[in-house]
Amino acid sequence: MAERMAKELATEGKESEDEEVRETTFFRLESLGYRVGQGLAERFARDRPRFTDNLDVIKFLCKDLWTVLFKKQVDNLKTNHRGVYVLTDSAFRPFGRMSMAVRSEAISMAQAYLWFPCGIIRGALANLGINTTVQAETSDLPGATFQIKTLQPRP
Amino acid sequence: MTNGFRCISVLEPELIGFLHMRRTRVDKVNAELVTLTYGTIVAQLCQDYDSNYQDVNKQLDKMGYNIGMRLIEDFLAKSGVGRCANFRETADMIAKVGFKIFLNVTPTVTNWTSDNTQFSLIFEENPLADFVELPDDGRAQDELWFSNILCGVLRGSLEMVQMQIEAHFVSDVLRGDDTTEMRVSLVRYIEDEMPPEEE
Repeated sequence: MAERMAKELATEGKESEDEEVRETTFFRLESLGYRVGQGLAERFARDRPRFTDNLDVIKFLCKDLWTVLFKKQVDNLKTNHRGVYVLTDSAFRPFGRMSMAVRSEAISMAQAYLWFPCGIIRGALANLGINTTVQAETSDLPGATFQIKTLQPRP
Repeated sequence: MTNGFRCISVLEPELIGFLHMRRTRVDKVNAELVTLTYGTIVAQLCQDYDSNYQDVNKQLDKMGYNIGMRLIEDFLAKSGVGRCANFRETADMIAKVGFKIFLNVTPTVTNWTSDNTQFSLIFEENPLADFVELPDDGRAQDELWFSNILCGVLRGSLEMVQMQIEAHFVSDVLRGDDTTEMRVSLVRYIEDEMPPEEE
């Protein structure tokens, strides 16, 4: 049902392929996700021991939260140890049943379904004390990659 | 889960077998994710419409309608049930199979009118409304139907199977009422119409 809701919102904005509409849809879905992420983090990080460092938080995201969201863990996590994390999910649940006659078309349609999860990640991390920007892309359905960049607080 | 089976026994026994099978087949989504997502959507709508709750109700109903029109297909595919003989059967199907599949709750069907066209669904639990508090502005308590999307879902999905209905909430525990009750009335069965002839 949640998937359908997201779908509902996504399709509502997609009526016109206008760049501006795309932009506002992105903003809307992302901020909805942000709030959901905040709630999820609060709900599911409550009963666990304090995080030791940022990597610990990211691991929590990849394992626990991802399982809550998509019933599986993130398949691959890479980091440059300077605040950039790349999460690869090789079978992203929302893409599981997507198909389209033309591959490139499928990929551009699928992009819209990444925005809500982006917001969730950003919201969850923000609530756990890490300010980030999150970008997601997919080049090969049903896989998806999320790039998380931590923002250093200004001195 | 266990008492779900007892309720269902009024329907055909095959149904029980099918529900058994279904449990392994259907993808489930975390309930709290649904709750949080839905809550966020409603909160966003309240903000968008500047706390004009009539408009929020209307918009939720419309979103539900669009979901329902597509959800019915999912329902038929997952449940594999056939045509209902009458509206009473339809009501049971909605409560005991539909709500069970999609929200894992079984509202009670009650308060039938004597002509069998109107009934109430009483929700003992409502996953959409967990952890929810309505805005404390003195109006939301009287104007906002938080779970109004469900009315739209029923309207949309039944329209796809030739039933025009009207659905609205009459009480909600979130407003301080004792029960959460939705009133559903059958307007008419939609007759198949021939497509306008092409000339």
